[in-house]
Amino acid sequence: MAVMNINPTRMELNNLKKKLVTARRGHKLLKDKCDELMRQFMSLVKENKDLRRTVEQKLKEANQHMALAGSVMSDEELNTALMVPMQQMTVDVKEKNVMSVKIPKFDIKYRTSDESDIYPYGFAYTSGDLDIAVKDFSDILRDMMKLAEIEKSCQLMASEIESTRRRVNALEYTMIPQYEDTIRYITMKLDENERSSTTRLMKVKDMMLSEKHNYDDPSGFMQS
Amino acid sequence: MSSKVGAIGDKDSVFGFKSIGLDVVFANTPEEIQKTIREMADDDYAVIFITEKAASLAESEIDKYRFKPSPAIIPIPGITGNTGEGMKNVSLSVEKAVGSDILKDK
Repeated sequence: MAVMNINPTRMELNNLKKKLVTARRGHKLLKDKCDELMRQFMSLVKENKDLRRTVEQKLKEANQHMALAGSVMSDEELNTALMVPMQQMTVDVKEKNVMSVKIPKFDIKYRTSDESDIYPYGFAYTSGDLDIAVKDFSDILRDMMKLAEIEKSCQLMASEIESTRRRVNALEYTMIPQYEDTIRYITMKLDENERSSTTRLMKVKDMMLSEKHNYDDPSGFMQS
Repeated sequence: MSSKVGAIGDKDSVFGFKSIGLDVVFANTPEEIQKTIREMADDDYAVIFITEKAASLAESEIDKYRFKPSPAIIPIPGITGNTGEGMKNVSLSVEKAVGSDILKDK
């Protein structure tokens, strides 16, 4: 039994009762939040795994073409071909609020209006594999950004779930039992005080009676 | 707010991303990788793609940003193949949230 170190007074009792109500309410709310977060997290993380698998597969294919291009062309040629990129991609980061977790939303923006405008080189002196690799990369990009979005969301939600669960457990197993025990302790202490003051009054009454009227208590209750 | 997207890794693995408009930095040693990550994070990059090989060399640096809102550091397989580093990251999130990895593939 964990009793807090406070004075057993009626005021403290009232305060504690209020605190217990708040703690119970907070516990319920946090538990609901944790459950909902967990539900969303599970579906998100499944999506994350699937998406990662496809992206990794596609990247592997693109990388194979890139490796082929690298082996056919000389380093200098490859460097010149890709030195000045055609596209400049930026992302608009928006925040979405899911159960007070701010998860990012990426909105892809290209510099040129035509996003298929990806080849920064002429086709005459480059390997065909390079074209395929570049095309593949540009095709994967949307999936990759989606993956980044989801994976980051998963990480943020995971840490939020962890801290929420800690708070739920702290309330459930420490705070609330402590409040309950202390309230019980104070109630008992107050009852005890009341009983002791009642007996004291009875004793005093008895003493006064016997002094004034020589009244003798027939039961002998107060004689001892 | 418009942010940039970066890629870090060995030259063969990330050179291709340059053509599609990512900011590509070649880094091979742990020091280079860590420094690049730090610079990109300070420079308001929203997403940093990093090869799994490079990621394994700079884990401590990546861990710093793992639970921050930005940047999102995403490991991708490099030209030498898939090391499973990226999947491990997903499992790590699950483990943190649930307590154990309940979605493990057999």
